[in-house]
Parts: sequence; structure tokens; C-alpha cells
Amino acid sequence: MHRPRLLLIVFGLLSSLAVLSLLEARLTMRMMIPELKAMARQVEQLQLTDLALFTEARYTRHLTQADRHSPFQDHPLAFEHFPSGSLVSPPAALRMSE
Amino acid sequence: MKTALRRQIYLIDFTLASLLRRPGKNLGLLLVYSLVIFMLASAMLFTQALRTEARLVLADSPEIILQRMLAGRHHLMPQDYLQRIGPIRGVSQVHGRLWGYHFDPAVQANYTLMVPRDRQLQHDQIVIGAGISRSRGLATGDFLSLRAADGRSFSFRVAGLLSSESELVSADLILLSEAAFRRFFSMPDDQYTDLVLSVRNPRELRKIAEKLSLKFPDTRPILRDEILRTYHALFSWRQGILFLLLAGSILAFAIFAWDKASGLSAGERREIGILKAIGWETGELIRMKFWEAVILSTGAFLLGYLAAYLHVFHYSAGLFEPVLKGWSVLYPAFRPLPDIDLLQLATLLFFSVFPYIVATIIPVWRTATADPDQVMR
Repeated sequence: MHRPRLLLIVFGLLSSLAVLSLLEARLTMRMMIPELKAMARQVEQLQLTDLALFTEARYTRHLTQADRHSPFQDHPLAFEHFPSGSLVSPPAALRMSE
Repeated sequence: MKTALRRQIYLIDFTLASLLRRPGKNLGLLLVYSLVIFMLASAMLFTQALRTEARLVLADSPEIILQRMLAGRHHLMPQDYLQRIGPIRGVSQVHGRLWGYHFDPAVQANYTLMVPRDRQLQHDQIVIGAGISRSRGLATGDFLSLRAADGRSFSFRVAGLLSSESELVSADLILLSEAAFRRFFSMPDDQYTDLVLSVRNPRELRKIAEKLSLKFPDTRPILRDEILRTYHALFSWRQGILFLLLAGSILAFAIFAWDKASGLSAGERREIGILKAIGWETGELIRMKFWEAVILSTGAFLLGYLAAYLHVFHYSAGLFEPVLKGWSVLYPAFRPLPDIDLLQLATLLFFSVFPYIVATIIPVWRTATADPDQVMR
């Protein structure tokens, strides 16, 4: 009858690791709070509006500040910047109208 | 109760023995299943981390930003708009922001140049983000030369570096004095990039935005709320190319799993027939297959989730980096914030386990209710 016992041990171990991961996540979040606060302070002091994730184009760098013509900044039939343009979903109104 | 429990343990024992009789096939299924869950869970954990971080970090971004538009494009803001906004009731403070972009051909990267309000810099001093420091190999005291649009070359001394902990918001920033900014971009003294407004009562934000739109029809107000909502919708893992890429894998796996679970092999059918012939009831056969499905699907979920957790929070989602970086030369080095949405996790668990159990039980029920002699043949 060792098989069910072995299964129980394996599943017990995996489940414990899963629970531990949730605990670790919570602890790490708490530890990162000073870092987040420092970043938030910098955002406030420098009056920043966007994350510096994609710097290849205006509308990918400053998502919230871009005008509606930014994707076509290079020329009228310019392709959007890949893959950042694909990762950012189009405005809700546009999606709903389709 | 004890008998029922013992019965289930014997069933599980038999199920495990049955799984081990086809180790290659079942191990392959477990690995592929785990891999699909790993990819889904990684995308889910990473996007959730980013959304939470954006929400926390951008919570103190400007309350209202006023942009001027000309022919639908972002245009510079004249200084007299500043004076005209002052009398609007509810506005406690208004000032102009100076910021712009500069493409550096040396590293093919775009920088965001900005005039800070929290420090005074000399005309030849700059403070740079960690991304620029890394890509150009610059440290405090070094010099950075930039060529302006009119062909003039400007040499700046790096007076300091923005902390690497804040790279997510400052990786590509160059802070410089107002005089240097205006000279570099040849921007007139009476123009700003946009205006930033503070309001006394946050509940009046929309009303004030409405007043601004009426008073200045050629402008567009952007509220902090809209900034936060943009990032909430960002990276929605249900949309976009990441999901499309994963959808192909999920579909392929669904077909594979359905085929495996619903199309019993000759050996499996014979096994069920023999068990029926020696006295197993239909209910016991279904319970056996139920345990088989639970063991495989739950095991795959746990393995996939744990691997995804390690991947995202201990290896900074390294496998996604080529996709996420795009063409960005200055992609920030940051550690995703481990904010796990239990509801999303539970949803993933449900959709990992339940369909597979159903796909396993139904064909077994059909076979188990048939004549054992017919099944064995």
C-alpha cells in the first residue's frame, strides 16, 4: 500500500509548496513596500505619468499621454511597433464598436 | 466511513498501478499539461504583478494634465493658458511641465528629457536613469553628448543617477535644467509641453476637467483616474498577442487531452471489460477513472503553478523577456511585485481540472455500461 502513501506525500509536498509560495508572496510584498513608496515619491516629485516599459515610440512609452495619431507618426501606413503595440489593447470604445 | 475511506485508498492504489503500466504516455501527458498551465499561470502572474505595481506607483501621478491639441496632434501649450486657468474655482495649483523625447543614434534608444521641479540643476548638469547609465556605460562625473535637432551638439555632465529601484518609471529619464531644455529643443520661453493642475477637492476633478474643456476647446484634460485605468487594462492577459500565442498551445493540448481521455485504447477497453467481468461495478470503474483524472490534472496544476511562480518571481519572467521587451533598448530591470490574485488562481485550477475530469469520465461510463464480453472483444 505504499503507492497511495507516496502519492499523498508528493501531493502534500506540492500543496505545501503552493501554500508557501502564497506566504512568500505576501512577505515579499511587505518587504517591497519601502521600494514602492520610494518609486511613488519619485512619481509625485517628477510628476511622472507612465511606466518606462517600452521606449521605442511615443504611444508605447507614454500610453496615457499619446495623441490618437502617434501610431502613424512615421508615415501614414506605418506598422505599429511590435510586440508592444499588440500587447496594449485598443480603447474600449473601439473594441465595442466592432 | 472507515470502509469507504479504505475502499477509496484501494481504488487509488489500483489507479496508480494502472497509470504506471503506461508510464511514457502518462508522463508525457503530465508534462505537456504542466507546461500549458505553466505558460498560462506565468502570463497571469506577470500581468497581475505589473498591474498592481502600476496602480501603487502611479497613485500619486498628477491629478489633471492638460494637453493642447492642434489638428488632432499634441501641440505645445502657450504660457497665457496658465494665467487663464488660475481663476477656475477648485484649482489650487497650476504649472507647466517641460518634457520631450530625444533619439540617441549611438544606442538606437529614445530618451525622455524632463525638467524636474524637485531639484535645481546647473545648465550643463543632468541626472540620468539607470537604463541610460547601463546602455551608455555612464557614471556620475561622466559626460554625455547629445545632438539637437538644429545640429548643435550639447555636452552634459552626469551629476547623479536615479536609483535602480525606480527603473520601472525612470529607466530612460534625463533630468536637466529649464534653460538647458529650452536651448536643446529650441523651445520658446512662453511655451510648455503641457500643464499640470492640482485641485482642492478630488471629487471635483471631473467637474473641473469639464470646465477646462469648455474654456479651452483646443485642449484635452487627462485625469489621474484615466491614467490608472489605462494601466489596469494594460497587459490584460485575456487579450493581445500573448493570449493568441497561448491559445494555439491550449487548443492543441485540449485536442490531445480530449483524444487521450475520450478515446479509450484497446488495452484500456479490455481492462474495463475484464474488471466488469470479475465483478467491478460501473460506479467503481467511474471512480477509478475519476481518481486518475484528478491525480493527473491536479498534479499538473500544482507543478505548472509552482514552476510559473519561480519563473515570474525568482527569474523575473525571463522566458517572456524577448516578447515583452519589443524594440525597447532601455527595458527596465525590475522585480515583478508578487501580488497573486486568488480568484484568478482558483479559476485556473477549475478550468485545469474540471474539463479533464469530465473528458475522462464520460467515455468510461459509456464503455462501463456496455456488455463486458463485447468490450473485451
